[in-house]
Amino acid sequence: MSTVGTAIDREWVRFTPAQRLGRYALYLAAVIAIVWSFRTIEIIPEFLYDSPQQIADLFVRMWPMDWSYFGEAVWASLIETLHIATLGTILSLFFAVPLGLVAARNLTPVPVLNWFAHFLFVTSRSVNSLVWALLFVAIFGPGPLAGTLAIAFRSIGFVGKLFGEALEEANQGSIEALVAAGAPKRSQILMGYWPQVRPAFWSIALFRWDINIRESAVLGLVGAGGIGVALDTALNLLYWDQVAVVLLTIFAVVVLAELVVTAIRQRAL
Amino acid sequence: MNAAPGLVTESGQDARSLVIRDLVKEYRRNKPVLRGINLTIAGHGLTAVIGPSGTGKSTLLRCINRLVEPTSGEIKFMGQDLARLRGRQLREARRRIGMVFQEYNLVERLTVMENLLSGRLGYVPVWRAWLRKFPQADIDRAFGLLDAVGLERVALRRADALSGGQRQRVGIARAIMQEPDLILADEPTSSLDPKTSVEIMEILSRLAGERDIPVIVNIHNVGLAKRFAQRVVGMTGGHVVYDGPPDGLTDADLKAIYGGENWLDERP
Repeated sequence: MSTVGTAIDREWVRFTPAQRLGRYALYLAAVIAIVWSFRTIEIIPEFLYDSPQQIADLFVRMWPMDWSYFGEAVWASLIETLHIATLGTILSLFFAVPLGLVAARNLTPVPVLNWFAHFLFVTSRSVNSLVWALLFVAIFGPGPLAGTLAIAFRSIGFVGKLFGEALEEANQGSIEALVAAGAPKRSQILMGYWPQVRPAFWSIALFRWDINIRESAVLGLVGAGGIGVALDTALNLLYWDQVAVVLLTIFAVVVLAELVVTAIRQRAL
Repeated sequence: MNAAPGLVTESGQDARSLVIRDLVKEYRRNKPVLRGINLTIAGHGLTAVIGPSGTGKSTLLRCINRLVEPTSGEIKFMGQDLARLRGRQLREARRRIGMVFQEYNLVERLTVMENLLSGRLGYVPVWRAWLRKFPQADIDRAFGLLDAVGLERVALRRADALSGGQRQRVGIARAIMQEPDLILADEPTSSLDPKTSVEIMEILSRLAGERDIPVIVNIHNVGLAKRFAQRVVGMTGGHVVYDGPPDGLTDADLKAIYGGENWLDERP
């Protein structure tokens, strides 16, 4: 039959000519960007040449580490850092959950409100925690309160956006059944959406807490409390043996937080 | 109407009867899916709606409880025009209409018991639902229904741990939990194997029959429709082309509903 002949004659190509052209254009653009950036980066060779000595010198000055500094200042400020991260995360949830409900298009079918919630998320996310911290230090003065609020406001966008997306991905069939049973909106949220997004919610909150431990460690550089204050003091006094203690402590805490979050996710979620 | 115990209103129809007049639904302008449906469904018994895929069976069913907005027409039920209701009135009308879905539409991460109780969400205050403090009468009724559908041993199991047949039993029990005056079943057996399909239809017609709740079932299995329905409505292209008893359904009718005829020879 003729079908055999036509089957051989036919040809399958993955991309249309237009798609192929577009891909080549993209490759070319990438190469141009790399070449261009090498020409404008302005590396100063003198700095580059003696950098090994500089780094080695830094490490020499860090050793031996001054562990007495740990008991003096690091421990207390470490606890403060954990408080800032945890309270900041919890505070952010109170703002992010309602905003996430407003941002989810299936739950709030009002484009203006969706847009407004997303606008707040972008605002929250586009401002760095350090900048938020500067703002709150200006309002409340230096200290952990400014740090906590900075962490909270920086987290609203992250948690709210991801929570809103989780809500949008909830199975609509289950919700439809509750609508058909005459359930009011709030019951739909509590009995339909919440059971579906609960694992995602806790996962997002834990993830953000993990990030906030790291972010709150540097807030002290602008006077917003936490272990960063100890780091700042040591840096200003050029006590590199103390700086080393602080850096090692931050590293240990970040690793520990990572382990805790992973363990909780595996066990409970 | 025969010896059904339903109340009789002044218009001569029983209280639970459903009257659809000139129902039109267009998802896109001037491309109607339903082209003027006129149907009167008695307040008891099981009515099967058959027809090819994409012919508007599901749209018809969903217009009744307004999961889909009708474009024009009337849907008279319990003295109200369902097509005109809004807000709270619509919600209260929906409580009177149970629905069974092809994909079961359970809340997968809730237990079987919680899924049954969610049939009462139209009646139970939000805080009670949230704290799972449902009225004892609802819990008793849920246990009774679990016995009736043979799921008493999985009451505390999560819905996602059940088989398809078990899930659909939960779906039916959830609809009955509403104590509805009408049950809509949208392809309740299409995701199930033939044996389970028969069991599900048996449970649906038995539970509804015992309570004298009228049922409208969309179904594309003609054999099941003939076996369980007291009345068959055949739809094609957004029109009703057959309306009568299952025995009266001839091959010519089936040809008119589904088109073609070769498939008729392959029926068991």
